[in-house]
Amino acid sequence: MEAFTGLTAIFFAAIFTNNILLTNYLGMCSFLGVSREVKTSIGLGAAVVFTMAFTSALNWLVYYYVLIPMHLGHFRFIVFIIVIAAFVQVVEMIIERVSEPLYNALGIFLPLITVNCAILGVCLFMLIRDYTFAESFIYGFGSGIGWMLAILAMAGIRQNMKRSKVPKGLEGPGITLIIAGIMALAFMGFSGMINI
Amino acid sequence: MPGKIKKQFLASIGRDNPVFVQVLGICSTLAVTNVLENTVVMCLGLIFATACSSFTVSLLRRQIPGSIRMMVETLIIAAYVIIVDLVIQATLPTISRQLGPYVGLIITNCIVMGRAEAYALNNPPLPSLIDGVAAGVGYSYILMIIAFFRELTGSATIWGHAVPGFSSWWVNWSIMVMAPGAFFALAGLIWIIKTYIVTDETGGK
Repeated sequence: MEAFTGLTAIFFAAIFTNNILLTNYLGMCSFLGVSREVKTSIGLGAAVVFTMAFTSALNWLVYYYVLIPMHLGHFRFIVFIIVIAAFVQVVEMIIERVSEPLYNALGIFLPLITVNCAILGVCLFMLIRDYTFAESFIYGFGSGIGWMLAILAMAGIRQNMKRSKVPKGLEGPGITLIIAGIMALAFMGFSGMINI
Repeated sequence: MPGKIKKQFLASIGRDNPVFVQVLGICSTLAVTNVLENTVVMCLGLIFATACSSFTVSLLRRQIPGSIRMMVETLIIAAYVIIVDLVIQATLPTISRQLGPYVGLIITNCIVMGRAEAYALNNPPLPSLIDGVAAGVGYSYILMIIAFFRELTGSATIWGHAVPGFSSWWVNWSIMVMAPGAFFALAGLIWIIKTYIVTDETGGK
């Protein structure tokens, strides 16, 4: 029971109090670039949730069962990147074979994900916080959901902002950053509820 | 040659600046801009990684097969970032702990990859090295401006020291050292720069 509450706490903390995007600024590039429409955000968000959950679990196994016994801990950056890239590649091939509609929905987003800093960030955070295997998986999953939540909210806001008048210098990235700042303020309201 | 170097630097600092023209690569570094000292360390690491990886990619540009070039570039960048990480851990252990995972995240910083992809693949090593340094500097000074104002308004200090005649009466805007402050500070800076300094809308995406 205790383990279960611990996992639940990590899950919700990853979504709300420690949102990977709004408190750790990870995954900003695709957040600013792809958040123009709700539909594409859902696709990218789903791909991120999936990749994050499984790569964090995979990298945990690689780090503790391969790198640590071989005293290669310092090479974790290179190895993690390779694992993420390989995982994305394999998933892309499997999805292509198995389900065409899913491939059409997610396919174009998968290559983008390899360079998404949030994925690598989650893998590095889980090492710093000494998570167990189950915790890492849940943390990756929760962070993915949190990222998706943020990009969906942003896409919704930006769609409604199309007709609003924005000062010239703020058009594009400027106003998006301000919205993100206000969203981060709102998410700060969650802080203190759960500590991880 | 010196004229060309100057041109490259001016372009990175002004018209082609990666931060406010394309808003690229802010992920890993926005997080450390709440204290000036950390930002400077991070920026030096980034300049080193960008310059060296551009140089190496350019040296190998005829050997790298086109289809896997991204992977090769990433590995080269990762190798240099590991060097940066180890050096910071060995010489500045406190800062290394505060920076946490963000040093490693230089790997996925779009600017490093962007310079390798856009410039180093088609140019000889020496200009690529200079281009890498220029891109890194253009990026760093923006972050230092942000860090300067965030630390000044958020903690009323500069480089961890109190500012005479200012710190005594200033009420800390604690929001500035927390997450939303970084977004507001960057947005504000982009606004100022786009309105007064770089007014033409060309390279923006």
